[in-house]
Amino acid sequence: MSNGMDPAGLLGVGQQSRGGREYWRSLEELAETEAFKDLMDNHLPRHAAAFTSAIDRREFLKLMGASLALAGISGCVSPAPAPPDEKIVPYVNQPEALVPGKPLYFATAIPTEGYGRGVLVESHMGRPTKVEGNPQHPASLGATDAITQASVLGLYDPDRSRVISNAGRVATWDAFFSALNAELESQRVTQGAGLRILTETVTSPTLAAQLEQILRLFPKAKWHQFDGGGGDYAHEGARMAFGQPLETLYRLEDADVIVSFDADFLLRGPASLRYAREFINRRRIPGASNEPNRLYMIESTFSLTGSNADHRLAISPSAIPQLARMLAARVSAQISREQPAISPAQEKWLGALLKDLEAHRGRSAIMPGEYQPPVVHALAHAMNDALGNTGKTVFYTDPVAVNPTNHAESLRDLVQDLEDNAAQVLIMLGGNPAYTAPAELDFAGHLVTSNFNVHLSPYEDETSAVCHWHIPQAHYLESWSDVRAYDGTVTIMQPLIAPLYGGRTAHEILAAVGGQAERSSYEIVRDYWRGQTKTKDFDAAWRIALHDGFIAGSAFSPRNVKPKPAASFETSEPERATTGAAAKTQNSPSLEVIYRPDPSIIDGRFANNGWLQELPKPLTKLTWDNAVLMSSATAGKLGLSYKVGSTGGEHGTIYADVVELEYEGRRTRGAAWIVPGHADDCVTIHLGYGRRRAGRIGTNLGFNANALRTTDTLWHGAAMGIRKTGAQYALACTQFHHLMEGRDLVRSGTIEQYRKNPKFLVERESEKEAAHTLYPGYKYDGYAWGMSIDVNACIGCNACVAACHAENNGPVVGKQEVLRGREMHWIRIDRYHRGEPTNPETYFQPVPCMQCENAPCELVCPVGATTHSQDGLNDMVYNRCVGTRYCSNNCPYKVRRFNFFLYSDFKTESLKPLRNPDVTVRSRGVMEKCTYCVQRINQVKIAAEKEDRTVRDGEIETACQQACPTQAIIFGDINDPQSRVSQLKAQPLSYGLLTELNTRPRTTYQAKLRNPNPEIENG
Amino acid sequence: MAQIFHPSTNTISRVTIFGGLLLLLAVVAGLTTINESPYITEVGVARSQPVPFSHKHHVGDDGIDCRYCHTSVEDSSFAGIPPTKTCMNCHTQIWPDSPMLEPVRESFRTGKSIQWTRVHNLPGFVYFNHSIHVHKGIGCVTCHGRVDKMPLMWRENTLYMDWCLECHRAPERFVRPREYVFSMEYQAPEDQLALGQKLVKEYRIQKLTSCSTCHR
Repeated sequence: MSNGMDPAGLLGVGQQSRGGREYWRSLEELAETEAFKDLMDNHLPRHAAAFTSAIDRREFLKLMGASLALAGISGCVSPAPAPPDEKIVPYVNQPEALVPGKPLYFATAIPTEGYGRGVLVESHMGRPTKVEGNPQHPASLGATDAITQASVLGLYDPDRSRVISNAGRVATWDAFFSALNAELESQRVTQGAGLRILTETVTSPTLAAQLEQILRLFPKAKWHQFDGGGGDYAHEGARMAFGQPLETLYRLEDADVIVSFDADFLLRGPASLRYAREFINRRRIPGASNEPNRLYMIESTFSLTGSNADHRLAISPSAIPQLARMLAARVSAQISREQPAISPAQEKWLGALLKDLEAHRGRSAIMPGEYQPPVVHALAHAMNDALGNTGKTVFYTDPVAVNPTNHAESLRDLVQDLEDNAAQVLIMLGGNPAYTAPAELDFAGHLVTSNFNVHLSPYEDETSAVCHWHIPQAHYLESWSDVRAYDGTVTIMQPLIAPLYGGRTAHEILAAVGGQAERSSYEIVRDYWRGQTKTKDFDAAWRIALHDGFIAGSAFSPRNVKPKPAASFETSEPERATTGAAAKTQNSPSLEVIYRPDPSIIDGRFANNGWLQELPKPLTKLTWDNAVLMSSATAGKLGLSYKVGSTGGEHGTIYADVVELEYEGRRTRGAAWIVPGHADDCVTIHLGYGRRRAGRIGTNLGFNANALRTTDTLWHGAAMGIRKTGAQYALACTQFHHLMEGRDLVRSGTIEQYRKNPKFLVERESEKEAAHTLYPGYKYDGYAWGMSIDVNACIGCNACVAACHAENNGPVVGKQEVLRGREMHWIRIDRYHRGEPTNPETYFQPVPCMQCENAPCELVCPVGATTHSQDGLNDMVYNRCVGTRYCSNNCPYKVRRFNFFLYSDFKTESLKPLRNPDVTVRSRGVMEKCTYCVQRINQVKIAAEKEDRTVRDGEIETACQQACPTQAIIFGDINDPQSRVSQLKAQPLSYGLLTELNTRPRTTYQAKLRNPNPEIENG
Repeated sequence: MAQIFHPSTNTISRVTIFGGLLLLLAVVAGLTTINESPYITEVGVARSQPVPFSHKHHVGDDGIDCRYCHTSVEDSSFAGIPPTKTCMNCHTQIWPDSPMLEPVRESFRTGKSIQWTRVHNLPGFVYFNHSIHVHKGIGCVTCHGRVDKMPLMWRENTLYMDWCLECHRAPERFVRPREYVFSMEYQAPEDQLALGQKLVKEYRIQKLTSCSTCHR
């Protein structure tokens, strides 16, 4: 049963039905089509196809009889005759400070796209198992993002490359060193004229010093940079505005009005965790006097930051620079030379925004997106200056990246040199340019001209395949190194474990180039810092830096600079390219295109990470794939639609129309996906998919957007040809899962309404019903654990989902199982929209187990596998569960997850050390669910009891709470009226989900308050 | 019409029914016996070890405290098995040439661990913590028995859940003053219940019988 739908038509239906239902989660729901209702009504018996084995009834009964008999016997003698002896293997010399059974924590930093974020890594007997944020590190503040959480899986990934190889054959480090030396001998003669080094963004002071040393040794050698998608527009923009590349930092805590030109500052960039915290700190629910901030977003695609904005303007990418120019002219009271064609409504919107900015001079911030052309950055600097924000909410420091370069140009130069046969020896430190480089460069094809090339990378990827030498790269948890954070703060990275597969670091390769192959990265990093440290006692300073996870006072101090005025920025080349080209038309319909890194796997570097692949993308809720994202009007024009598939009890499969994309003669195909709120007449494509050599997980998922990109159109392009192919593609989407059928789950209002009546969202008829129950109530003499989740603070970033998975040994089920609706996340983030589908408001709601007081699950378990604990948790006892799934059927929140097949990998050796030893690895046929991290509760309780005291408020942090960048999740004892969680639950915005069912959930929510500009809202 | 069944079939049917029930009982009783026999529980079965280490000698004769070797018993869930270094603290001086100690010396020489056979092995889904039990006044002997009388180690108790629950339901029956936790000779007084109730209050001992206390 499936039915095609016409998205263009949907729009009309949606607008009509808006009065009846405020919140909606998918266009189908909004449309309330017959097909959708039908699907909702008959969504169960669709799994017949999953059982494909051809056992007939007779044989089945025979087998059943036999296995029952066997089960009967073995069931009686429970712990079957002594299992093979288990061995205890103690140390020979036990390391100091190590207590078996207790984890140790080490401070280091995760380098994401070159920049560091401080982390504390949990280590059990020498095995790193979990990464947490370092509360003292400026870029972390104790929080982590999903990628950091999943990075530990990357360490144990069985697909990592394990050997040094030369032309596909196993080789040794010594063989590499002698081969390299032979090449370098001839380079010495020419002062390194043929030597090229290609790195990603470098912020490591040690690596910078090494590069400098090599460039001194080989004065004619060149250092190129190419990171992920490429481009370095922020520094280019600063060059334009200040004549020098500078880093821009914001203090969002002091900004009343934030205008973002496509800056996805809540999810992307080295300071995103800090910005998210600062941004949300200004929006937490009121101590009345607190003036919340207001975020205006101007963007084309729908970003996470856009979904958290109070006002959002969706316009085509080519219009953003024009709009920035216009706004800049008005802010500095000049007359714009260019008048973009904008509608009266948009004009009004801008007018209101301008007024707001004027009213908050010195307390606003204009943030340009990292993918916007340099001129937008320059204009933003000029605007901030004109508004008096510089030095108050906006700061400039020296660039954190060493030698900021336009990456695309840098790579283009390298390819040119390869073409001219000028680059003979090429050393690639990380990155995967054969995949990430824009197609027009044909990087892989040009590599053959070099005599000698070596690729250091964690996987034998697309680039390794075409290189002479491949050297396995050590994971950051295996490496000595150093890295700077967004503000320049240095962290000395220390390894948690010796390299599992003999991986090397970039430091060691560069040392080898410098002729010192035997130096370890520990010596290199330590010696560098010995030279930098001025204090006498270097050892003490070194130990303090390692212990704290950063070098105090190493942040760059703000520079006092003044940008050129806005009027001085001429229309730049890239801008002209994107705007001008829009006029070109071809036979097939053509659109503007937006390329963005994928929210989970960035540019494909995490493609082989199952946790990240299975993480539903924040807005589309797609897993395991990328898609061509577009607005429903655009899809309507192109005649594209999608069908809800028949597998997946709760709608996992969506068959989307496949389109063919064409740009400058290069073609690729991808599934089309409709995103409410996307700008019309443009499409967004996420990078990182279509990998050919990513590993067992990441190979051949989605389609490769790099096949279309050119160096001129790194992030935005015009005149993308697009054509419907008639084929369809199954996408695994969790959008339709767990539909809560139009009930009052997310509640929201405005600050104004709240000020008039703080309880305006919780005074509902349904909540006034008496809480009758036939069962006697529970008494809690000790603790009663509870949780409060602030929907107002949740930005939907998925960090909690990944953290929960990492903490609780969550399995990866794969795309096929997600298509059937069987993903195993114990906490999910429901996403709701409200308002016009062309530009809706978005709400995120994390849903873990509610730990109900009157839990429907407990009553129906025939074997007592889910019971009420003395602290009021709904315990789940895996070893008792027989898998009837009654509990799941009876759960109104749909937070229980059934392990249908043997989802956990019990076989792969390298994954065993990854597991949290305090949590059972669940087997097949067992129901699982959120336990409020009962292992953490027990640990803290035991620690407190040993000190003969009660647990302090805030002492227990659940994994989701600890990871959350905005501290949206608060956990504690609700028996203690002074605890934070009790106080939050007493607030007027606190409400429970489906309380009319008298489940009395322990997890409650704080309603969302928006802060719209009355001028726009009422106009 | 003649009767189909002769009156004797009544007897046969009675024998069959009651016999069947008896047989069932016998089978259940038999299986229960097996389940509780040392064949399954390993109670009282001395396990061989790579080095015939005698608790009887070290604890009973030499009077070494439990914590000299099991260092983390008060800190951690795991009591700790001593590293080879701990053995060698004494055995570089005492019996330095004993052939029985060769595996220990070999381990120390080569850096390869001695592989001891685990005697007290809980199922993977049980999370037990030594430190809190010790802190709350549960003696080593309460669970492990008189190790000072065990030449080779054996399991003194079944480690079955009902055995755990005996104490978790009524801790006052087993708890002892903290100062005697590591004592081998401590004898429960006549009025254990009175003492136990006093200690339960003093040590804030809870009757933890929630599933998640041990299973998670």
